[in-house]
Amino acid sequence: MLYFLLKRLGVMLLTALCLTFVVFFLTNLYPNLEKVAKLEGTQRMTDAQVASFLAKNGYTQPVFTRYGEWLGVLPGFTYTHEDGKVTGRCIRKGMPAAEAPSRCGVLQGDFGWSVVFKDEVGPIVWKRLGLTGKLMLWVLIVMIPSALIIGILAGMREGSRTDRTLSTFSIATTATPEYVSGVILIVVFSSSVVGLKWFKGTATSAMDGANFENFFLPVMTIALYGMGYIARMTRASMAEVMTAQYIRTARLKGVSFRNIVLKHALRNALIAPFTVIMLQFPWLLTGVVIVETLFNYKGFGWLLVQAAGNNDIEMLLSVGIVSVIVVLVTQLISDIGYVYLNPRIRIN
Amino acid sequence: MEPLTWGQIILAILNQLMPVWIGMIVVFALSIRFKRRLGLYGKLFDNPVGMFGFALVLFWVLCALFADMIITQDPLVQVSGMKNKLPGTPLRGAHDVYYLLGGDNLARDVFSRLISGSKTVLSIAPAATLFAFMVGITLGLPAGYYGGWLDTLLSFLANLVLAFPVILLFYLLVTPEIRATGVVTWVAGVLFIFPVIFVWTFMFSRWRISPHVLTWVAAPIVIVMLMFYFGTVFEMDPFVGIWTTVMGHLNQGNPFGEWMVTTWHEHQPLVSLGLGPEKLNIFVAVVFVNSPTIFRIVRGLTMDIQTRDYVAAAQTRGEGPWYIMLWEILPNARGPLIVDFCLRIGYTTILLGTLGFFGLGLSPESPDWGATINDGRKLLAIYIHPALPPALSLMSLVLGLNLLADGLREESLKD
Repeated sequence: MLYFLLKRLGVMLLTALCLTFVVFFLTNLYPNLEKVAKLEGTQRMTDAQVASFLAKNGYTQPVFTRYGEWLGVLPGFTYTHEDGKVTGRCIRKGMPAAEAPSRCGVLQGDFGWSVVFKDEVGPIVWKRLGLTGKLMLWVLIVMIPSALIIGILAGMREGSRTDRTLSTFSIATTATPEYVSGVILIVVFSSSVVGLKWFKGTATSAMDGANFENFFLPVMTIALYGMGYIARMTRASMAEVMTAQYIRTARLKGVSFRNIVLKHALRNALIAPFTVIMLQFPWLLTGVVIVETLFNYKGFGWLLVQAAGNNDIEMLLSVGIVSVIVVLVTQLISDIGYVYLNPRIRIN
Repeated sequence: MEPLTWGQIILAILNQLMPVWIGMIVVFALSIRFKRRLGLYGKLFDNPVGMFGFALVLFWVLCALFADMIITQDPLVQVSGMKNKLPGTPLRGAHDVYYLLGGDNLARDVFSRLISGSKTVLSIAPAATLFAFMVGITLGLPAGYYGGWLDTLLSFLANLVLAFPVILLFYLLVTPEIRATGVVTWVAGVLFIFPVIFVWTFMFSRWRISPHVLTWVAAPIVIVMLMFYFGTVFEMDPFVGIWTTVMGHLNQGNPFGEWMVTTWHEHQPLVSLGLGPEKLNIFVAVVFVNSPTIFRIVRGLTMDIQTRDYVAAAQTRGEGPWYIMLWEILPNARGPLIVDFCLRIGYTTILLGTLGFFGLGLSPESPDWGATINDGRKLLAIYIHPALPPALSLMSLVLGLNLLADGLREESLKD
């Protein structure tokens, strides 16, 4: 078990390294750097001005050197201006050059400086992650129980009318991406033309105080898309369990249908959905980005869009790290949890 | 002129869609008549759910095919005075011409944009899915069959791509800046060679002892595919390209060499898919995102199937590994792959919509559904008619594909 965990941890680190390098490489291509220069300076910079800006800020170093600086294994870039003033990667504005550390990177716990938000990357990411965490928590609270109930009700009597109706519902929700269901929900529940005007069409106010009125639509939008898939997996797993020998035995012994479902079938039927729910997290991340854009909720997904749209290199790298951790940790949990839930499987 | 009532709007739309109805009736009549002879496709018509899904998909396919006959306006033309007009508003100054589903924020006809949008979606989504399958199959088969370091390496790469948040990847890969650097061309160069490799290996492994088949069938097909490959990805003809490069290189410094180089740059490829840089960019991004998942499915199926007796029999006969992979394992994995193909076209459609929703890829003018939804959502509190039709269309197409996949799965499990 320990060996397994160590190996997974190693793979995780390697994946994070490769992924951040790919992000680093793509964001540091010259046209993208030009964008950064124009964002920092003015839109009307000449090519020569852009080149000199990039040189002064260390963007012209080889990409591996810069990646090493970002990681914190190489000393940060410094530049001595004509008047003797020293600026550099690790020297924040208003800080004397002598006091600045020589290395500042991820290994030193410094995630860098966001050129879009003009602030340290670390605290911004934490703040936005907290907001998205709140959204996700409610999504999970709504999504998982309803998906499991739908799946179990549909799967316990395969082919019945309940099954047909619920299966169609879950197929319909998987066929409706967030940007479609979000639009439909806004039209139905909040548009001033035809709608019921029950809820608010934006969730900006939910960042400070979430209530039913401003938080229901974003939560439902994400939950609906994920719900259908989990429900279908639960249904398939439940339907399979219901045809097993021990269920037939229980039925022949005269156990009531209710008890068969609740005491015999349920536990075994929930093993597969557990994995599916865990593997849903990366998908939910995409949903979060869409919904936060649609409902103007400034969380992690909104941050990703802002950073990517303006080529905020160091912010994007941190966003990349966070998402890779989310993906790989959920995979790990699903693998370990699977072993505990299903004693027939052994890790080796 | 009076605006149309809702009944008249519906009638007008149904009338406008006449080619689609005729096409659907013909396809359904023929398919049901000959369903016993059509294999798995024919069995679909015994399954109500699958048939309904097929009808939805067929509807949109025919809409895309007959788009030019169906649309009432040019989807890109803005008509003054039609901004945000409600469905059924008559076009100013024209007789008997209406904006059937109203005008959008830029005074363009929502109905015509909707129908033209189906053309974009249905030309990219199935083709991109097919390419992703070629990549996934060509890499997944050896990974599952040989195992070992090849499997470890390819699985690591696949998991790496899957660990990327899709939207971050799109934001990194689908931008004008990236197109300017040529990264897209190189990724396309790697991804698009796989269909050529696949087709060549597929035919070579089977007919390697009969040279006339290879010379007269396999080689011409692969050469044409290669010409398409170079034309689409590098916008050059392999023949003209190689010839001018060699001659230009030999004659460096004199006018003939320069003339050759100019010819190289100005020469249009003989054949090409004609995607253009923007569509190629989208295509590459979508194939790149989809192929790791398909790789994992194919790898899993291969590992399962290679333990079967007929594979052992083929190995004993002395068949080559690629023959076994492509002619023994792949045909027996077709069931799950066909089902996944349908589902994945739906997923690709959703991805294309996501790209449009974030304004990535195609020009803002283009009528694709995702972009239209994104334009319409900003005014959703006041006008709902620009955003709702594309949203419902996208939903119905994906729903149709999912139901079709479900029907196919049920029918293929029956025997």
